[in-house]
Amino acid sequence: MSDAGVIHDIGYQRYEGPRLGRSAVFGAIYQHGLRASFGLGRSAKAKIFPWLVAGIVLLVAVINAAVKAQANIILFDYFSFDDTMSWLVIFFVAIVAPELVSRDMRSGVLPLYFSRPLRAFDYIGAKFVALATAVFLLLGVPQLIMFLGGAFTTDDGAKGVWNEFLDLLPGWGYSLLWAVVFASISLLIASVTGKRAFAAGGIVAFFLMTAPVVGVLSILPSSTAQHLAGLASPMSLLVGVQAWLRGRNDLDLDVGDFGVIYGIEAFCLVFAALLLLLARYRKVASL
Amino acid sequence: MTIIATQSLTKTYGGGVTALRELTVDVEAGVIGLVGANGAGKSTFIKIMLGLTAPTSGEVRVFGLDPVTETDQVRARVGYMPENDCLPPDVSASEFVTHLGRLSGLPRTAARERASEALRHVGLYEERYRQIGGYSTGMKQRVKLAQALVHDPDLLLLDEPTNGLDPAGRDAMLNLVHRIGTEFGISVVVCSHLLGEVERICDSLIAIEGGRLLRADRISAMTAASDILAVEVSEGTDELAEALTQLQLTVTREGRLLLVPLTAESDYDAILRAVAELDLPLHRLDQRRHRVAELFTTKETADV
Repeated sequence: MSDAGVIHDIGYQRYEGPRLGRSAVFGAIYQHGLRASFGLGRSAKAKIFPWLVAGIVLLVAVINAAVKAQANIILFDYFSFDDTMSWLVIFFVAIVAPELVSRDMRSGVLPLYFSRPLRAFDYIGAKFVALATAVFLLLGVPQLIMFLGGAFTTDDGAKGVWNEFLDLLPGWGYSLLWAVVFASISLLIASVTGKRAFAAGGIVAFFLMTAPVVGVLSILPSSTAQHLAGLASPMSLLVGVQAWLRGRNDLDLDVGDFGVIYGIEAFCLVFAALLLLLARYRKVASL
Repeated sequence: MTIIATQSLTKTYGGGVTALRELTVDVEAGVIGLVGANGAGKSTFIKIMLGLTAPTSGEVRVFGLDPVTETDQVRARVGYMPENDCLPPDVSASEFVTHLGRLSGLPRTAARERASEALRHVGLYEERYRQIGGYSTGMKQRVKLAQALVHDPDLLLLDEPTNGLDPAGRDAMLNLVHRIGTEFGISVVVCSHLLGEVERICDSLIAIEGGRLLRADRISAMTAASDILAVEVSEGTDELAEALTQLQLTVTREGRLLLVPLTAESDYDAILRAVAELDLPLHRLDQRRHRVAELFTTKETADV
C-alpha cells in the first residue's frame, strides 16, 4: 500500500501523559516571567534596557571591588550600594513590570490564561515572585561580586572571608526588601493600564513624585515631622527600615524612635499592594 | 453521550441585563453549532461552561462536572478559542502555544511536542517559528485554534472561529473544525451568527435568541423542509412563475427573483426542466443559505 518516501499523516494523537497541578503552572508562569524580565526569549530590542541597567550596576560593583582591593577605599558598602542604585532600580521596574503585566493585558491574552486551570492568585503571585527575583538578582549579583572582591583580597585568611560574608548576608536581606517593595508597587501600577508607555511613566512618576515630599517634610521645624519624613517615599522608607534594623544609615535619615513605624509601613505597603493586585485580577479573571 | 447539560440556566448581570433565561438543554457529543444573533447570550453560555462566571440560578454540568465547584477538572478537559484578538505579537507561535500548554499542566517536553503537533494539525508548519505579529488573520485564527487543542481537550469551545476570514479562509477553517470533530474524536461547540456556515459542519444545532432557547435539535431535522431555491431569468419571469405554479410549486417573487421552496428531491429538476422548456435565459440558480433570523421567524409562525 505505502510507497517509500511518502510522508504519512499519522493523524491526531491523544495525550496520555501526566497533567501537573497548579504548583507546576505557577512555576511555568514564574519561569516565563523571570526570563521575560531580562528579555530572554524575546526580541533583541527587549533585551537592550534590562541588560543596560544590569551592565551599569555590575560595572559599579566591579569598580567598587577594584578600588577597595587596590586603594583600600570603600566607595559603597552592601547597604549604600542599594541606596545609590535606587534610580536604576526604578528604571528597571518601570520597564520590566509593564513587560510582565501590561503586555498580557494589551494583547488580550488573559482569557486564554484564565480559561485554564489557574487562578488570579497563581497568575499574579507568580508574576510578583518573578519580578522580585529579577530585582533581587539585579542587586544581589553585584553584591556577590563585591563580596568576592573583598574575600579574595582579605588579609585575615578564612576569618576575613567569614567576616565579609557576615556583611554580605544582611546586604542581601536589604536587597530582598528592595525587591519585594519595588516589585509589588510597580506591578500594581502597571496592572492598571495595558499601555506599556503609560505604565512605565506611571511607575517612574510615582517614585519621582514622592521624593520631593520627603525633602519638604524633612525641613519642617517639628522634629517628629523630620523623623517621619522618610515614610512619604518608598526609597527613604527603605532607608528608614535600614536605620531601624541596623541602627545607622548612610543617607543621614534620622528616624528617631520611630524606626518600628518604618518597618510596619513597609510591610503594610507590600501587603496592601498585593491585595489590591489580587482584587484587580480576580475581576479580570472573571472577564 | 451527553457532554453538556443545563437545567433552567439563568444569568443576570449586575445592571439587570439578563443574558440567559431559563435555558434547559442536553447536548450530545459531536460537532454542535451554537447560533444566535450578537448579544443572544452565546458568549455568556461559554463563560459559564468554563467557570469564568457563575450562573445566577439553574444548573450546568459539563462531562457531569459542575464548572462552579470543579472548575479545574472542567477546564483541563475543555479548550477555549475566544472571539477577540488574543495573541501577543512579539513571540513565535511555537513558543506561545508551548507556554499555554504548560499553563494547562503539561510537562515542558510534552508541551513542546504537543504544541508543534497542534500547530501542524491546524496547518502551520515552518511559519510557526516566526513572530505572530507578522501573521495574516487566517494564520492567527489557526494559532488560536492550536492553543485550544494543545492540551488534548475532550471538548472545544470555539467562539466565532471564522471571524474576519475571507471566503476561502472560512471554508478552510470550517473544514478543519469538521475534521477535529469527526477524526480527532473531540466534541466541538461552534458559536456563530451565521446558520449557513455551521449547518455545513454540525451534527446538531442549538439556537438561542435573547437568552432563550429557540430550538435544539439534530441538524437534519431542522433544515430539511426549509431550503429555498432562488431562480433568476433575464426575461420571461412571469411565464416561468406561471409554469412553476402549474407544477404545484409555491412561488414568491422578490424583485427579479423567484423564490421556490424545495419540498421534494424532484423539485429541483422540475424547475430546471420548466426553464429549459420555456427556453428562457437562466441567469441565476442558487440554493438560499438561511440566516438564523430568517429560519426561525418562519419556523415560529409555522409552529404557532
